[in-house]
Amino acid sequence: MSEFVSMNTLIETSYFIAAILFIFGLKRMSSPVTARGGIVWAGAGMVVATVVTFLFPGMTNYVLMMIAIGLGGILAWVSGKRVAMTDMPQMIALYNGMGGGAAAAIAAVELFGGVEHGLTFSVLAVLGGMIGAISFSGSMIAFAKLQGLINKSMRFKGQQVVNLLLLLATVLTAGYLVVEQGANDYVILFFVLALVLGITMTLPIGGADMPVVISLYNALTGLAVAFEGFVLQNEAMIIAGTVVGAAGTLLTQLMAKAMNRSLANVLFSGFGVESGEAMEVSGSMKPIEAPDVAVMMAFAEKILIVPGYGMAVAQAQHKVWELTQLLRDRGVDVKFAIHPVAGRMPGHMNVLLAEAGVPYDIIYDQEEINSEFATADVALVIGANDVVNPIARSDPSSPIYGMPILNADYARNVIVIKRGQGAGFSGIENALFFLDQTRMLYGDGQAMASELISEIKAL
Amino acid sequence: MIDGFIALYIFMLAAFVGHEVIGRVPSILHTPLMSGSNFVHGIVLVGAMVALGRAETTLELSIGFIGVFLGAGNAVGGYVVTERMLEMFKSSKEKNS
Repeated sequence: MSEFVSMNTLIETSYFIAAILFIFGLKRMSSPVTARGGIVWAGAGMVVATVVTFLFPGMTNYVLMMIAIGLGGILAWVSGKRVAMTDMPQMIALYNGMGGGAAAAIAAVELFGGVEHGLTFSVLAVLGGMIGAISFSGSMIAFAKLQGLINKSMRFKGQQVVNLLLLLATVLTAGYLVVEQGANDYVILFFVLALVLGITMTLPIGGADMPVVISLYNALTGLAVAFEGFVLQNEAMIIAGTVVGAAGTLLTQLMAKAMNRSLANVLFSGFGVESGEAMEVSGSMKPIEAPDVAVMMAFAEKILIVPGYGMAVAQAQHKVWELTQLLRDRGVDVKFAIHPVAGRMPGHMNVLLAEAGVPYDIIYDQEEINSEFATADVALVIGANDVVNPIARSDPSSPIYGMPILNADYARNVIVIKRGQGAGFSGIENALFFLDQTRMLYGDGQAMASELISEIKAL
Repeated sequence: MIDGFIALYIFMLAAFVGHEVIGRVPSILHTPLMSGSNFVHGIVLVGAMVALGRAETTLELSIGFIGVFLGAGNAVGGYVVTERMLEMFKSSKEKNS
């Protein structure tokens, strides 16, 4: 008996230490100076908690457990190491979905187990299972969309009603499971409903809003983990899950704010649906060739580069940095202007530029740089679209109306490097491209940057 | 045994901690921080291990196995991805100074 008690004490103490490490790790991650240490702390907490769980009394199936951990761990390790920085957001979605799925699986085992639970326990188990399942299927859709596996935003009339009915059906089934325990057919129905709800909720949301949605699902998974923690009487899960639930909710709000969208708007409005009567953009796009751009840039005094996700997709950031160095050597003042949601989520572009070796002191936030466009000779827009669309300032009927943008249209000359004439991520026509001072340099970002480099060198 | 109000207190306090810990974060850290918190809820692995450890029927075993597999993916993947991102923040800072 005494051995049993001391084993429990060891487990409880380890969970306690893990919880502390998680909290301090997250705290450290919220400042750039200590961020790297933060993830190591949290990682140590995870190792402690996982190892000590093997000592849990009354456990069997160790072999299966090791195989599952090995399989999941190795797959995630390899994919996480290999993924390009541009694809980071969808990987976060993928791993987050796995967490939600794991929480749902815990709920399923508890519900199928047929052990009589108290009311609170059943409610929490069912609730955690529902949230986890929604987070799982929703995150998978988010992953598929960002990965380009699903290209369209699927919408149909009455979608909101269908979603509402699905939600109602899920909640009713959940209620039935709480009252009537051990109804295994209904457990299956319940999870199917929740999974379908996650899919139909996420499908109509446009790619531009996906980061906010991923962040929301991240918070939801945290909550699901906390609920299942209550069911399993596992303090580490309760605390870590709740902390992530709260932190994730706050982070979701911050992101939505940076994009000037409310969360309700993101979830229910169906981005761009009501843009039917949007202002027609008049004028034409005027093409330009690389040699002309090279001359223009080489003899400019000040150039602001507006990089977007398209630049990163073309893997052009290294070439753009080379071009920047070349211009700076000629005495041109070159700066990078970063929109809060450049890339796929806030901070993503900073990560991508850092990878290419661009130093921090020439990268500026929207607030710092926006007043400088008026004095810039050239604004080079490469792979960015919606974040420089002046329609956001002028057209109240546009879905991006009110979103803070980079004032690239104030620059004396605007050069846009773009693959083709298509509209942006949000599918909205960009008025910037039609302005008198704008010239379009059609082509792949990396190829065009290389051409500019060789043209400038030849001057 | 954690019951009723004790559970509620833990929940409330942890929620406050989560809210405070994030506080005022510069937007450049949003992505890594989201990734970091994504890693932290990988603790679900521990719960899935317990669920699998106590499973008896084939159905429970299969679901438990999937749970542990997914949980391990969440924890390991979340760590690797976050670490890679934050590593770059470090190098660019060092380059500057």
